[in-house]
Amino acid sequence: MDLRDTPQEAAFRAELRAWIDANLPEEKRNWRGGSQRFDDSFGREWSRRLFEGGYAGLTWPQQYGGAGAPYSHQAIFLEETARAQAPPHIGVIGVGMAGPTIMVHGSEEQKHAHLSKILSAEEIWCQGFSEPGAGSDLAAVRTRMERRGDVFVVNGQKVWSSFAHIADWCILVGLSDPDAPRYKGLTYMTVDMRSPGVEVRPLRQITGEAEFNEIFFTDVEVPVDNLLGAEGEGWQVAMTTLLHERGTLGFALTAALEVAVNRLIDVARENVNGDGLARNRVAQEWIELQALRYTNYRALTTLERTGIPGPEGSVAKLRWSEQNQRLTKLGRELLGPDGLLDDGWWHYQQLRSRGNTIEAGTSEVLRNIIAERVLDLPRSR
Amino acid sequence: MDFAFTAEQQELKRQARAWLSDRFPLDRDFDAPQDDAWAELAELGWLGVSIAEEDGGTGLTFLEEAILFEELGYALYPGPYFGTIALALPALGPEERAAVAAGDVRWSGEVRGLVPWLGSVDRVVSRGSAYDARGEDLPTVDPSRPLGRLEHGEATPLAGSPDVARARAAGACEAVGIAQRALELGIEHARTREQFGKPIGVYQAVSHALADTYADVEFARSLAYWAAWCVAEGDEQASVAAAAAKAFAAEAAVAACERAIQVHGGTGFTWEHPLHRFYKRALWLEGFGARPAELRAEVADAVLGVAIRV
Repeated sequence: MDLRDTPQEAAFRAELRAWIDANLPEEKRNWRGGSQRFDDSFGREWSRRLFEGGYAGLTWPQQYGGAGAPYSHQAIFLEETARAQAPPHIGVIGVGMAGPTIMVHGSEEQKHAHLSKILSAEEIWCQGFSEPGAGSDLAAVRTRMERRGDVFVVNGQKVWSSFAHIADWCILVGLSDPDAPRYKGLTYMTVDMRSPGVEVRPLRQITGEAEFNEIFFTDVEVPVDNLLGAEGEGWQVAMTTLLHERGTLGFALTAALEVAVNRLIDVARENVNGDGLARNRVAQEWIELQALRYTNYRALTTLERTGIPGPEGSVAKLRWSEQNQRLTKLGRELLGPDGLLDDGWWHYQQLRSRGNTIEAGTSEVLRNIIAERVLDLPRSR
Repeated sequence: MDFAFTAEQQELKRQARAWLSDRFPLDRDFDAPQDDAWAELAELGWLGVSIAEEDGGTGLTFLEEAILFEELGYALYPGPYFGTIALALPALGPEERAAVAAGDVRWSGEVRGLVPWLGSVDRVVSRGSAYDARGEDLPTVDPSRPLGRLEHGEATPLAGSPDVARARAAGACEAVGIAQRALELGIEHARTREQFGKPIGVYQAVSHALADTYADVEFARSLAYWAAWCVAEGDEQASVAAAAAKAFAAEAAVAACERAIQVHGGTGFTWEHPLHRFYKRALWLEGFGARPAELRAEVADAVLGVAIRV
């Protein structure tokens, strides 16, 4: 056990800090997320710089344009970019989900066509999984995929799709065989978002911004070559995607939370420095941030030693989401009546945090996963 | 960055688990006088883990002791290991350490007017000196860990002073062991107890409470191991890490026991079932020394700066 950076990690961190200093303008160090990801053209520019600097796809194999670096470097990258309040790579869906899925299930042509463009932000991807009738229950998707010669004809509706309104490509899960048993009739494919019949409608959220979209598919023709995995194997391919969604996610979440906790500390110093109860609550948030950080480190060490993420990592998203909701509310509260004003940060973050316990696995589903897969309790369904 | 125990440390954990579950099984008679197996602990080398080899110890670190504290909590070990190793040892000189490693002398320490195991230890660290343990155990929330008020007799000078961070990190590790055991008892019951024709673990009102306990236990464990590493390394964050770890782990242990009692239904509320013993140990750990809110106030001083009086 040694909680310090190894000499190699320390060198990587120092090099990265210097690179950020040289490449991230001071006025862009206040990244708050949300629709800024689409509205600020710097997001794409920054993604290109990350690619040219060799920081896009750090853990991707070198043969696919990645750096082939250990997970610890990815963790350091996420920590340092969050501390600098830098934008994330705009291709989060491509780098974190579509790319790894193509690496595992794609043909050589598909790998050649997409992987390096995902890293360079030439291609932006979105995810077509959830539907109005299929949220947590992915196997219930009803978007139809009908084989007609060399194409599938796609009809249906997807929802909660971030980046869809600017995306070039979509990873889509649909139903190709309605008569097959559950899980067996699903098929997974890539869809060119510029295909005739694809329509995107932004969905406005409680923050007032539109980060996600509905996607409507009307007689969209998708070449058979766009399949990922075989027809009817969509469920297994989708599991590859979701596994990668959870990979080093904990570090990204913790790094963002550290920014929020540091801001909370600033607010507390200015507003409630003599209030023992408020100080106690701020301390609790700082403590839970450390708990999340060191739980990630334990999971990372297990991943590096065994190649499999440790079970303790399963709590990261659950606890992060609840903590982010609690502490953004506390930030608003510590500002007193001024907490009602839209200050451009706390106001937005507090409202946005309500989505945290719903997106990428609701807290209810995550507790089911912990209960059934980690604690080995009997299945609830 | 490497946040896992070494193969040797994992082996120590396995051995401790095996020995303790054999020597202090869950179905023992908790109401009978408890044997602390002190001579056996000395033989195992557990009393001299961090004591230098020339003083009769094994010359390891606080990390190995942290592993033992967790396992002693898991087994609900009754003897004064915490008193001797967590409260007294850092204050002792080479001769006293050698006597500890040999299992000849049991120690405790006075913290805020209370001395754990006052009636059964030999010597007590108090107010910068050592004293004979004079005074009686008082009825205490956890009868296996009685507290007493020391009658100060003749003072003997000490070579060093108590290490508050170390004691708190030890308490945090013990709390992790308690919380882990309460979680396992809850899981076991939820898997086997049937109502309405199904094991009750099927019902999400039950399984989600246990999932929350699991998350608490893992967070507590991460903080406790972080604090233990800081203490072992003499890291500058040792003090704040230990305060954070003890505050979080003690509350996690209490909550884990309370949820486990609820999951057990009426059985969990009986004297016969061992859960209340773990619950009382958790309450003891939460209340001994500094309470969680007091510890968070210390953390606040460290991260916010000391409060300005308004």
